[in-house]
Formats: sequence, C-alpha cells, structure tokens
Amino acid sequence: MLLAIPLLPLLGFLINASFGRRISKAAAGAVACGAMLASFAIAVASVVRLASLEPDSRAIVSRAFTWISSGDFTADFTLRLDPLAAVMILVVTGIGTLIHVYSTAYMHEETAPEYARYFSYLNLFAAFMLLLVLGSNFLVMFVGWEGVGLCSYLLIGFWFEKRSASDAGKKAFIVNRIGDFGFVLGVLLAFVRFGTIDFQQIARAAAPMSPEAGFGTISIITLLLFVGATGKSAQIPLYVWLPDAMEGPTPVSALIHAATMVTAGVYMIGRNAVLFAHAPATLTVVAVIGTATALMAGTIALVQNDIKRVLAYSTVSQLGYMFLAMGVGAYAAGIFHLFTHAFFKALLFLGSGAVIHALGGEQDLRRMGGLKRDLPITYWTFLIGSIAIAGVPGFAGFFSKDEILFRTFASGHAALWTVGLLTALLTAIYMFRIVFLAFFGERPPEPVAPAHPEEEEPAAKGGHATGPTHLAHPTHLHDAPPAMALALIVLAIGSVLAGYASLGGRFERFLEPSFAPERVEEVADRGLELTLTAVSIAAALGGIAIAAYFFLKNRRAADRMAERFAGVRRLLQNKYYVDEIYNGAIVQPIRIVSENALWKAIDVRVIDGAVNGVGEAVTGASDILRRLQTGSVRAYAASLFLGVVLILGYYLWP
Amino acid sequence: MVPLNYYLVLSAMLFAIGTAGVFVRRNLITILLSIEIMLNAVNLTFVAFGRALGSADGQIIVFFVMTVAAAEAAVGLAIVIGLFRHRESLNPDSWTALKW
Amino acid sequence: MPPGISTSDFYYILPELVLTAGALVVLIADVLLPRERRSALSWVTLAAVGATLASLLPFTSTHVEVAHGLLAVDRFALFFKIVFLVAAAITVLMSVRYLAIEGASPGEYYFLILCATLGMMVMAGGIDLITIFIGLETMAVSFYILAGFIKPNQRSNEAAVKYFLLGAFSLGILLYGMSLMYGLSGTTNLRVMATSFGAMAGDSRLALAVILVVAGVGFKIAAVPFHMWAPDVYEGAPTPVTAFLSVGSKAASFAMLIRIFVEGLPSASEDWRLLFWVLSIATMTVGNFAAVTQTNVKRMLAYSSIAHAGYVLIGIVAGTSRGITATLVYLMVYSFMQLGAFAVVVMLRRADVVGDELKDFSGLASRNPFAAFAMLLFMLSLGGIPPTAGFMGKFWLFSAAIDAHYYWLALIGVLNSAVSLYYYIRIVVFMYVKKETLGSEPTTSPTLAVVLAVAVAATLVLGVYPQLLFNVAAASARTLGAAGATAALR
Repeated sequence: MLLAIPLLPLLGFLINASFGRRISKAAAGAVACGAMLASFAIAVASVVRLASLEPDSRAIVSRAFTWISSGDFTADFTLRLDPLAAVMILVVTGIGTLIHVYSTAYMHEETAPEYARYFSYLNLFAAFMLLLVLGSNFLVMFVGWEGVGLCSYLLIGFWFEKRSASDAGKKAFIVNRIGDFGFVLGVLLAFVRFGTIDFQQIARAAAPMSPEAGFGTISIITLLLFVGATGKSAQIPLYVWLPDAMEGPTPVSALIHAATMVTAGVYMIGRNAVLFAHAPATLTVVAVIGTATALMAGTIALVQNDIKRVLAYSTVSQLGYMFLAMGVGAYAAGIFHLFTHAFFKALLFLGSGAVIHALGGEQDLRRMGGLKRDLPITYWTFLIGSIAIAGVPGFAGFFSKDEILFRTFASGHAALWTVGLLTALLTAIYMFRIVFLAFFGERPPEPVAPAHPEEEEPAAKGGHATGPTHLAHPTHLHDAPPAMALALIVLAIGSVLAGYASLGGRFERFLEPSFAPERVEEVADRGLELTLTAVSIAAALGGIAIAAYFFLKNRRAADRMAERFAGVRRLLQNKYYVDEIYNGAIVQPIRIVSENALWKAIDVRVIDGAVNGVGEAVTGASDILRRLQTGSVRAYAASLFLGVVLILGYYLWP
Repeated sequence: MVPLNYYLVLSAMLFAIGTAGVFVRRNLITILLSIEIMLNAVNLTFVAFGRALGSADGQIIVFFVMTVAAAEAAVGLAIVIGLFRHRESLNPDSWTALKW
Repeated sequence: MPPGISTSDFYYILPELVLTAGALVVLIADVLLPRERRSALSWVTLAAVGATLASLLPFTSTHVEVAHGLLAVDRFALFFKIVFLVAAAITVLMSVRYLAIEGASPGEYYFLILCATLGMMVMAGGIDLITIFIGLETMAVSFYILAGFIKPNQRSNEAAVKYFLLGAFSLGILLYGMSLMYGLSGTTNLRVMATSFGAMAGDSRLALAVILVVAGVGFKIAAVPFHMWAPDVYEGAPTPVTAFLSVGSKAASFAMLIRIFVEGLPSASEDWRLLFWVLSIATMTVGNFAAVTQTNVKRMLAYSSIAHAGYVLIGIVAGTSRGITATLVYLMVYSFMQLGAFAVVVMLRRADVVGDELKDFSGLASRNPFAAFAMLLFMLSLGGIPPTAGFMGKFWLFSAAIDAHYYWLALIGVLNSAVSLYYYIRIVVFMYVKKETLGSEPTTSPTLAVVLAVAVAATLVLGVYPQLLFNVAAASARTLGAAGATAALR
C-alpha cells in the first residue's frame, strides 16, 4: 500500500506526459488532481494505521525488491513509514493536492499541451518528493533528492522566454551541484564507516557510540550531509538560488520552494538525527548557520519590493529557524515548524499568486494598494497567513516558533535565542509590510516607471500565452476564482489549526520513535517557559505594531501633515523627530546594511560572484582544453607520443 | 653470430626514425611510409626475439603484421585519395575542418 | 597442448563462423539484389546478428581454451560478445534511415559493420597477442573505412584520414610494446606469459613494455593524452558509425585491456595500476571539462565518451573482482545510453539539416515528446542521476574504488560527475525550456522508434532492477583467466 503513495502521482505524470497533447485541459487537470487526491487518501489511511500501532514498533515497511546486492553490501528498494515520514507525506500529499487544485485555475490561460506539461511536471515532482520522504535508505532518498531537483529545474524554467535558456536557473543548478556533491560524499563516507546505507542500520550502529568529542569521522559525514542540506534548503552560503527560483509559476513556488522540496534538508537531518546527535561539532555549525541565515534573510526581506521575493527570503529565514532547532537537538520542534510553515507559507504564496493573478502579472509592492476591498478572500486568508507566520498566539506559527526559541534558550544557547527573537520581530515587520502595502491604502495610478529595473520580472510577463498575462482591468479586479479560493481557505484553516497538534506535547510524542535514542529532557521550569513565551509574543506584536506605524499609519500621517501644515508644532516636531529616528537610526542602517552590505555586497557580489566564478572557471578551463584541439593530425600524434615520453620519463627518473 | 642486442638497437633506431617521420613530414604519403618503417622496426624485433628464443611465434606474428600492414596501406591510400578529391592537397595541416 | 587444430575447435568458434558467413551473405546479396531492393540488406544483416546471438546459446557456461590457447571461450568473452552484437543490431537499425538520406550504398556498409563486430568478438576472446592483434586490426580497418563512408562529405573523409593515420601510428607503438612482451617472456600466450613474468616484477624492461602497451590501448579507449583523435573522428564520421565506434570499439578495447593486463601482466600490476590511476583522472577531467563549452552535440558526446572511459578505468584501477564487475556493468549500461543518445541525433538528421548542433534540439519536447523524453533519460543516465542505469553503474564503480581504498579516485569521480551534469542538462534545457525555433518535425521511422524504445527500456530497467546484470557481470568477471592468472584479482 505504501508503494501506491508515490506511484499514483507517477501514474498521473505518465498519463499527462503521454496523452497530454490529446486530452482537454479539464481532463489533464482532473487526472493530476485525482492522482494527488488518491495519494493523499492512501497517505491518510496509512498514517491512521501507523498511529494505531504500538509506539515502540511504529513503522510500516514495504519492501519492493532487492535493488543491489553484492556480497557484504545490500540496498533494498524499500519504503518505510514512520512518524517522521508520516508528517512529511501528509504535508506533501495534502498541501500538494490543494496546490494542484489551485493551479487548475491559475494556469487556465495556458494552451492545452502546456497545461498538461505543467501538471505532468508537478505530479512527477510529487512522486519524487514522496520517494525522498519514504525511502528507507540513502539510495532511495537520493533518487528522490535528484528527482525533485530536476523537476524544480524544469518548473523554474517553465516560463523562461526572454532570458537565454542556458542561463535559466543556472545559479540554482550550480549551487545544487555543490550541495549534492557534499551529499554524495557524505553518503559514500557513511557507507565506508558503517558498511551500510540504511537509515535504521546506521542509527543502530551509531547509537551505542559516545558523541564525538572532537572532529571525527561522524562529524565529517554529518557536515558533508549538511552541505547537501544547505544546497537543497537554501541556507548560507548556498541560499542564493531560491529567490531566483521565483521566476517559476507561483503555485510552483508555493509547493516546491516553500512547502516541500526546500524542507528536504531539514527532513534529512531529522531522518539522521541519531547520527547528527553524535557529532556535536556539526550540530553547532548547523545551529549557527541556521540562525545566521534566519537573521540575514529576515533583514533582506525588509527592503525587497517584489512580493514573491519577500516571501522567498522569508522562506529562507524560516528554514533557518528549522535548522536552528535541528542544531540545538530539538528535532521535533524543527519538524513541527516545518509542518506549520508548510501551511502558512503555501497560503502566503498562493495568496500572492492570487494578487498577481488579479493584477495581471504585477509583482511590485509599490504598485499595489487597497486590494482589501477588491479581493476580500485573498485579503482575509493572506492576513491569517501573515498572523500565523508572525507568531501571534492562537495561530500555527506561534506554537512552533515559540517551541524552537524555548528549546534554544533551554539548551543554553542564549545568544542564538536573542538572534532568533530578533528575527521573529523582523518576520512580523516584513510580513505586515506586505499586508499594509498591498491591501491597504490606495493603488497608485497605472503608469509607474520601474525604479529598479533589475528587479523587473522579464520573463513572467513575456509573450502571449506564456506567462500569467491576464489582462489587467484596473477598475474591475476579480477575486480568486473558486478553485483558488478553495485552496486559500483550506490552507487558512490549516494555518490556524495546525498549531494545536502540539498541545500537550502530542506532536513530539508521536515523533519520538523516529528520534528515539535522542530524548530531549523536559525542562520543568514553567516560569521560564512562560516568560520566554511572553517575550516572543511581545516580539510578534511589536513587529506588527512597527509595521502598522510605518507602512499604514505613517502614510496617512504624512497626508494629514500636508493638510494641517500649521498644527501643534511640538507634535509635528515630535513626529518629525520620530521619523528622523526611524529614518536615521532604524530604517537607514537596516536598509543600508541589508540592501547594500548584505544583499548587494554579500548576496550579489560575493556569493553570486563565487557561483558565477565556479561557472566561469569551468567554462574557461573548458575553452582552453578545446583550443588545444587544433585539428592538426600531426599535433595529435605528437600529443600521443608526448604521453608515452612523459610516462617513460617518470619511470626513468631516479 | 650477431648478438640480440644489436638487432634490438637497430630496430629501436628504425622505430625512432619512423616516429620522427610522422612528426616532421608534411605529406600524407610520407607519413604513411614513416608508419610503415615503424611497423618494420617492430617486425625486426619480433624476428630477432624469435630467433634468439628459438620459438616460431615471433616469425608467425611477423607474417600477420605484414599482411595487416598491407591491408592498412591499401585502405589508407584509398582514404587519402578520397580526401584528395575534395581539395588537391596532401598536407595534413590543411585538413582542419574538424577541430575545437 | 594437442598438435594441430581439432574439429572441436571449430565448434567453439561457431559464433564467429556464423557471423563471418553472415557477412559474406551480405556481400553476395549486395551484388545479386537489384539496386532498389538493397535496403533489404539491413534485414539480412540483422538476421546475421540474430543468428550469431543465438549461436552463443550453447556456450553460456563453457570455459575452454581453443586452438593452442589462441582464444578463450568463457563467460567473460560471452558477456562482451553480447554487448557487441546488441550494439551492432542497434547500429544497423539506426543506419537504415541515415543511409537512405545520405544516399550511400548499404552493401559494403553492413558488411563492414559485421566485420568490425567480428574483430571485436575475436578481441574479447583473445588470450594470445596474435589473436588480439588480428581482432583489433579487423575492427580498426573496418572502422577506418566506415568513418569515411560518406565519400562526398569532406568532414567524413577528414575524420577517416585522421583516424587512420593516428590508428596506424598507435598500432606501431602497441606492437612495439607487444614485441617486448614477447621477447621478455618467450611466448605470445597471455596466460603463459603471466607465469613467466611472475619473477620479473619491477623489471624496467617490463615497465617499458607496459608503458608502450598502455599507450596503444589508451589510444583505442581514447584515454587522455591519447584521446585527441576521438572528438574529430566522432564529429566527422556518419552518426551511426560514431555510435558504434564509441560503444563497440570502446568496449572491445576494454576487453582487450583486461585480457592483456589482468590476465597477462598481473605481476606488473603495481606499475599499470598507477598508470591507469593517472590516466583515469586525466581522462575524466579533460573529457568533462572540454565538453562543457561544446555546441555540437556529436562532439560533446565524444568528449563525454572520453570522460566515460575515465570512469570505466576506475574499475580497472581497483582491480578487485568487484572492480572488474563494475567495469563490465558500466560498459553494458553505457552502450545503451550512448547508442540511444546517438539515435536521437540521427532522428534530427534531415536532408537539409545535419541536426547535430545544440540549437537543433531546442523545443524538441514540444515537437516530439517521446524523443525528448528519451534524450532526457539518456542525459540523466550519462550524468549518473538515479533512477537510471547510469547511476547504478557509477555507484558500482565508485563503491568498488572505495572498497579498494582508492578514495581520491572516487572523490574525483564524483566531482567529475557533478561537472558533467552541467553539459548534459544543457541539452535538456534546450529541449524542454527553449521554445520551438525550427519549423520542421524530427523525422521518425519504425526502426528508430525501436532503437529508442529498447534503449529507454534498458536504461530504466537496469536502473531500477540492476541485480540481474550485476550477477551476470560478476559471474563473467570470475571466469577471467586460468587458475594462476587471477592473482591480480584480489
């Protein structure tokens, strides 16, 4: 039965890939959504069965066949459902289904073959993602790992028109090669060290060992695996591809680049929790990188004007939180944040998609405004998503983020906790900046010259029928069509309710078998916990207040100031004073630091430069090697003979 | 009787001359002939070893090498003529349409 | 050894005899058939290949030496013979349409394909310098002619001249090395040689012989720095010939390499292991890096083929039975994906368009989804992405290297795979992401569809269920050598 979960989307892919040109759009969409829905149903049934098992033996194993077997080495093609995988398959199939449904409306202007092609990629992605999650050893996981990368690559480039195709997703590609290189080496080294690549066997072999004091083999293995995770999950220094990936259709961003694929790195660490627990050095690296990424991406998100880019950096930042949790050994908390994040981030992306859809491809926040009136469903659901991610009590994000921050503090990482808290504040600010800029105020008149041409989306608004070229009707905006609204509403409900899964430590207890040997001791200090919770609530609310002041109230205050030019002088001065402080002490430094230093200097120059440098070095070396091939047959003979002479010389050398 | 080493040195020299011819000569036919010299050097080695070792294998293999060399020469000359039809040049360096 | 050649020897070389007869039938039929019916020759050729495959059946577990130890009939040879014959059959299927477009006469062409196959089969079975040399030349001379088969095409001619000159030159070097081997051991039989070399480990004269033979064999497998002929010849030769050259000739040369070094020179294994270690790294790296900036797909595949020779050498360097098994597995897997990729190139060949430039692939996904999907699969497989056969092959090679403690080799292999994806994916991007720029459809024909279907099926099946191939290859590797000659197989 387990096999059917990835096989159904694969079947959907096969149908749409083979007959996509001949069937109608409705049929193609129905096949894709039906496959996902059926897969979701089976996933739910499997998880229910799993939950009914004894906690100690809570795993369903389905061995398809022996994949490789030679002497001492065996790798089976085996799927294994344990509580950790259960959480993931529910996310992938559940949210995946909603995004498929949403896509049927979002992509409705594509031609029939393109439409089928889109859904076939989406289904293939789901199949590989499920394989990644369900695989019981590194080899099966690697199949999924590479597969999702390929699908992501194809989907990012789905609309690439104007940019030369070989540049499309080039950055994503190079970065992921570096990550995969680390991952493969980690797996090979694990194989050398443990003689197996099965997760269970590795965990069993590692469990009795004592954690490595220094920097031993396990530390190297885990560090290499973590390099793979940074590539897939967009962490420093390999995060740069994710914002570019926003070139793809918005539902793809929601599914692949927010809810599922980018969390594969977190999942992989959770899957190997026992191994990582034995490498404290690596865990420290993971925690520090995660925290640094969370902060850095959070600051960058503050100043971006493209709505999808804000969300992309927000995703990077939230993934940083998950890695922080993994790094401090709070695996359940990290996975829980992955779970809740999938809901509200998918919701936010789909909501932004609805906005973009309504505005005919417009993605610039400065050219939005007042959408609350025209797009009520989008507004309310987006608001719920924003509240959830900001960490307001009662919504999903609060539970998981609070848990991570508490665990971080409780494990003695006060500095990381402080940065995490700061990031929570930033999260609330940038999310509500979007809310206030897009949905409140007034929409500026249509012709606005692009202030930053480099942020324009050259591809998405390309030729006819290749992008979301829905004709904009500035006066009459239509809210999300039913299929899109359905997805938004369901996800909004999830964004509220998902958090309650953890009440009373239920979520953690459910996941426990997956991380069994690494039990996190309960810190019994209720007072401390409540204090920390209060602080993080304050951060969330404070962030919303700051955003409200500067992006909502201040805009009106400025208007009022223009009217009542001779108002109370002191009040005005005071306002001016606050503006100055805001501008001089908060906005400008943050803007300068994040835009110039972090985004422009580090992001664009250093890391982009390094990535492009790798590409250029390879191309340059390639060109030299090419030019050696002069076409002269005598030169070739000389090369042949020179080879012999060189080898001879090596032997004759004393 | 002439010692084995004399033959070996001679054949090594012949081989070197043939090899040098391949590099130095700028005519396809001459290069072909230089390769023939290399093969003949090899033949000499085989025969000398066979004689010194008192085994017939060396002589046998020489017959095969000669036969193959003849076949190769026939095919090679045909190919060179085919090329010559396109442009009347036997300089190998003038045939560099395939490169990089 | 029995004096003279007995009749039982003829029984053991039945497959070779069948193939020879088939080749002669093709040649005669070419004369007898009227010109307009000569396309039927492809079916005669296929029948000959099929009959040869069938005649292999009695020898599935034979393990004998025939004709004074000139040839070995064992599973190792059998494995390679299957590779050659399958490759030949696929090549013939690919050629039907190609020859029709080029207007070349099919008779000699198919005859030469069969001759080349015959040479390969002799190479794989040869355990004597004489048979190996004769097999090698039968194959090489056929390929010289085949490379220049499209006579009106200057590039084809140039490829032939280059291949011929360098081939003959490298043959001289190889033979010189062989003559030294003969002189030092007093025999041409590799297995006898292994015992007489037993006491000669570390002898500098032996090292000289090894180096010269490595250079000669290195040329045939296109190992760096003996590789320079390959890109030019692959690009210029007719596409089906290129496909056969890059698969059949390479596999046969590896069979020869294993016979000579593992069977004949186990005592010098320290020397040749080190040599192949260096060659493997140089070959992988140069092949992959040079491929990155190619815009001609045939030339890119040529560099890719060079790089693959480097990967395969990893198994030889490891030298363990797992290493040899991995070599066999990889050569089999490689045959399918490489032939498949060239079949797609053939598909794009039209009367007016050569179809081997990268831009000819743009938008292929919308013009011919099946061909594009097949190409995608071959590219992923060549790049070593699961769940394709190429991944399994590479996994096996690298784990063999790790098993034999060649960690650096495995590391560089993995790094090279990462680089190689760069250019493989480029084709995928052109096919799937770029929009249609060419007006006309790629022409399909039933034979090409069969080729693609077979290659796709093999690439997928061997990737998802590689166990059978592993077992067969392991059994084949075990039969290598007489009792004493397996010393190199730790």
